[in-house]
Amino acid sequence: MELHSAGENALMLYLGQETSPAVAARVQAAAAAIETALGDHLVDMVPSYASILILYDALATDHLAVSHRVRQALAQLQEADSSLGRQVVLPVYYALEAGADLEALAQRAGLSPEQVIELHAGTEYRVYAIGFAPGFAYLGQVDERIAAPRLATPRLKVPRGAVAIADRQTAVYPAVSPGGWNLIGRCPTRMFDPSATPCMPVSVGDRVQFEPIDRSRYLALGGELE
Amino acid sequence: MSLEVIQPGILSLLQDRGRFGAHRIGLTNGGPLDPEAFSWCNRLLDNPANATAVEVSFGGARLRARVDTFICVTGAAMPLHINDREQALWTVHRVGAGDEISLGFAERGCRAYLGVADGFTVAPSFGSSATVMRESIGGLHGDKLRSGDLLPCAAVEQRKRRYLHPASLPHYHDQVTLRVIPGYQQAHFSRLQQRRFFSHAYMVSERCDRMGYRLEGPAIQCDLEGILSEGICAGAIQIPADGQPIVLLNDRQTIGGYPKIGSALSLDTARLAQLRPGGTVHFAPISPHGAHNALHLAHSQALRKTMLEHRD
Repeated sequence: MELHSAGENALMLYLGQETSPAVAARVQAAAAAIETALGDHLVDMVPSYASILILYDALATDHLAVSHRVRQALAQLQEADSSLGRQVVLPVYYALEAGADLEALAQRAGLSPEQVIELHAGTEYRVYAIGFAPGFAYLGQVDERIAAPRLATPRLKVPRGAVAIADRQTAVYPAVSPGGWNLIGRCPTRMFDPSATPCMPVSVGDRVQFEPIDRSRYLALGGELE
Repeated sequence: MSLEVIQPGILSLLQDRGRFGAHRIGLTNGGPLDPEAFSWCNRLLDNPANATAVEVSFGGARLRARVDTFICVTGAAMPLHINDREQALWTVHRVGAGDEISLGFAERGCRAYLGVADGFTVAPSFGSSATVMRESIGGLHGDKLRSGDLLPCAAVEQRKRRYLHPASLPHYHDQVTLRVIPGYQQAHFSRLQQRRFFSHAYMVSERCDRMGYRLEGPAIQCDLEGILSEGICAGAIQIPADGQPIVLLNDRQTIGGYPKIGSALSLDTARLAQLRPGGTVHFAPISPHGAHNALHLAHSQALRKTMLEHRD
């Protein structure tokens, strides 16, 4: 564990070096402990793959006091159980009309589109981080056989609900946005809905399983096709 | 009861102090790029510190009052007219229904704050009215002001017509020194690279906006190409592969995978955000202790500044 000053009201806590369920579980447990330990002095927090950015009220406390309380809270932490975290199932309509890069990705991998789908839906993912855009959840790790680099030229418009792969990460686009990930399907579940409570179906540390659905089920669940 | 937007100007946004506590769902802060000028706007008007005002970037805005109230403009030197009569900034003015308020283009600085007595009444989203266009969140419709927008506000009959003495006003120069708390991946920048970073002048490039200011100058090399994506605080200075620093501001993404050499003080990024392309930036290191002291000192100095009052 390493704790560094990151800014006038920020400390950065590193809990590992790599992307793994064990590190993610540590991040999740530490985030909860820090929240309790800092109470009102905590302004915001960004848990990510192997780190937590802690933002505190710099006029009410200081970096030394916050470091001390964070270290104390972490010292009492038990080794986190990496099987914790809610399980969330997200339906996906995998098809060329829903995932423009499905065929190219399969070809690159020397697999059939069906095998790509099987590998993508056959893995349980963990929510490692949320960022880039509201509700954008970074899920990992994608099976090495279907990992694919970002597109050389990002698309100007990726549709809402697009299920995509970049390297060993996968995600569901929460809103229409530019993007360079490889599109393989569409998910009808809204990943970010400001009017809903909660506004996201997942949070950092949750486990996600994709469930293949067909076209009619996708449309019945409210999915859209342009 | 409202102020009606006749002409929104280049970029005018409703802002309160910003959105805090929503990073975990990927929402950034938003809020005023120059919190010092913003907070004076509300203090002069005797508003709550988090009251919503309009951040006018570069100028060119015209509004019509549809209510009797009081307004105040602070920040960049944009000529303020109320019905064709020039009025002082950093001063509370009475306006009546039908009056036209116009803000010309900034002569110095580039962000001004137009506040109204009791603030604009905007329903908060995720706890804040701050507009972040990239997220389509905040303000009236998640976007910059448009012609015809009605900015709701209350009718106010009484308010002290306070102003700040000209000697207490901040000066907006065309150069800024950013005090930087070394942090994040600082250890991965060699001593030579750090010396280069702290001893050369950088210039504000054309690519500067509410997300961040990209600077141009001697390239800084890091011995890391990328890092596991991690949280980014306001003021963090990111060094991408081309070595040109980007100072990340209010509308930055909350996580990212570029190495960072440290973070600039908010007191100084407020001045950075008043610079335009071509402005000069220097960096100076400051310890976390020094930064803490500087924040408290600035806070107590601001509280001690006296506001004067027009009576007639």
